[in-house]
Amino acid sequence: MTLSPAEWEAIRLSLLIGLAAVAWILPPGIAVAWWLARYHFRGKAFVNGLIHLPLVLPPVVVGYLLLIGLGRQGVFGQWLYSNLGVSLPFTWQGAAVASGVMAFPLLVRALRLSIEAVDPKLEAAASTLGASRWRVFTTITLPLAIPGLLTGTVLAFARALSEFGATITFASNIPGETRTLPLALYTLIQTPGQEAAAARLCFLAIIIALLSLIASEWLARRTQQRLQERDAY
Amino acid sequence: MPISPASPDVSSTSSLSLSVEQRLGNFQLQASLTLPASGVTGIFGISGSGKTSLLRIIAGLDTPDVGKLQLGDQVLLDTQQRQNVPAHQRRIGVVFQEARLFPHYRVRGNLTYGMPERAAHRFDEIVELLGIGHLLARIPGTLSGGEARRVAIGRALLSDPQLLLMDEPLSGLDGPRKQELLRFIARLTRQVQIPVIYVSHDPEEISAIADHLVLMKEGRVIASDPLHDLLQRFDLTEELGGFDAASIIEGRVVEHDDVYQLTNLALDKCHQLIIPGISAPIGSRLRVRIFARDIALALSPTKDTSYRNQLAATIEKMETLPTSPHSVELLLSLGSIHLRSRLTRKSSDEMELAVGKQVTALVRSVSILHY
Repeated sequence: MTLSPAEWEAIRLSLLIGLAAVAWILPPGIAVAWWLARYHFRGKAFVNGLIHLPLVLPPVVVGYLLLIGLGRQGVFGQWLYSNLGVSLPFTWQGAAVASGVMAFPLLVRALRLSIEAVDPKLEAAASTLGASRWRVFTTITLPLAIPGLLTGTVLAFARALSEFGATITFASNIPGETRTLPLALYTLIQTPGQEAAAARLCFLAIIIALLSLIASEWLARRTQQRLQERDAY
Repeated sequence: MPISPASPDVSSTSSLSLSVEQRLGNFQLQASLTLPASGVTGIFGISGSGKTSLLRIIAGLDTPDVGKLQLGDQVLLDTQQRQNVPAHQRRIGVVFQEARLFPHYRVRGNLTYGMPERAAHRFDEIVELLGIGHLLARIPGTLSGGEARRVAIGRALLSDPQLLLMDEPLSGLDGPRKQELLRFIARLTRQVQIPVIYVSHDPEEISAIADHLVLMKEGRVIASDPLHDLLQRFDLTEELGGFDAASIIEGRVVEHDDVYQLTNLALDKCHQLIIPGISAPIGSRLRVRIFARDIALALSPTKDTSYRNQLAATIEKMETLPTSPHSVELLLSLGSIHLRSRLTRKSSDEMELAVGKQVTALVRSVSILHY
């Protein structure tokens, strides 16, 4: 089957926005997961709840909140626009922000569990060998938590690909800019006589999801092997 | 060849002084100590006496509620001045109870993990000393318990520490393997010119390794003296092994009897000890341990006996301990050497033993342990 330009556009946008979303949430996701896994502090339950909110809130609510916060008139949005000239709503970058926020809890959750499973005794041993906290994290904690990092990244990527509600609320449904696969599918379903085209997109979505699952499985196995064959430095 | 810290700027002849207080639930640790700048200090006590807590504070893995810790002229911790050098800047190596090798590094990667450039030239030497050359490419998960411990010791030594802490490094090893590694560590600590603090609840390990001994009980230090002096104290008999109370003597190998597989050990100019044959070269120094219950006394040298060692001695001290009313603890002096002996009170009375009396100490060769 050959793909129409509109279908290619939807796939390209979906992948672009999915990857961008994962890319921007990885650094804060890793930091937050480590913080939650290794430190006990007052109000931890609250912070934890806040991070998991996008999982349980209707996505439209998240999109609306983003609009309030990051919209041109929003608290941070105003600052972003007047200082950096950046406007997020109705752009693919905005869509990446929205799907990233929705995917964030999945990444943090998987990674946090994995970091908690790393024996703190190994970290203590590394510090007595002269390793700074940063070196302990990058050479001991993170490498041993790689399985969780991979799982979390794949989950977050899949979530970002399938994100609909927050994206359409915050970034709208603009062809060639924010119309990702789910949004294109929704548009087709809304249009009478486009059932066949909708089915094609549906099929594409399944293929992409399957491919990313297979890729992650392969990556996880490869990393596991590499991890065991690795030498220092 | 002796191994000393690679960087001469930090003197290895700096003593450790500490004074710490820490409350952990119902347990209170309260210790003030000054430890010698060289040799092996044993920290000894039953589990729960605070040994490991103290070690963790020295390593910088725990911070006490109140305290001060000084190594030579470097202040590592002073809670009043809000000073606390983090663990990774203390240059204090730790060998933990479990080997704690990094599972995602090979043995070589584990050994070099904490190795600074200045210590790199010692890699081959330490690997050879530990006998782990054939393990370098292995993954830690495939090592035996004893191999993993040796790698852990090598890893700590290669981090070029100014002080080495060992926390029951033999725990969990079985009989023969434990003996082998114990002899190995005893030899190693004599070769390494880095002060060592060795924590254990096993009197045998401490006797084999320590020069100085710190005795802990319920979070407090009850004694801190040279090992020889403490082993002679009757009031510490219970703490130091009770039934297994023993003496430690250092000697020099002077002769091997190849036919009967015995070795002659010179204790000083006029005292020799025959022990089970060992492979150490003539002239090498070693330490033997003799249980008090393994030394019998005679009033004069006797011929009709299987005892290979008959040593002329003077009774210096004798006492019956309330914990064992049937026996008498004796301290014998052989010139500068001291030996502990234990007899039934009945024998002692029948032989009319008393302080100052000349006796012959009888020691069975087969009962002597060497390290």
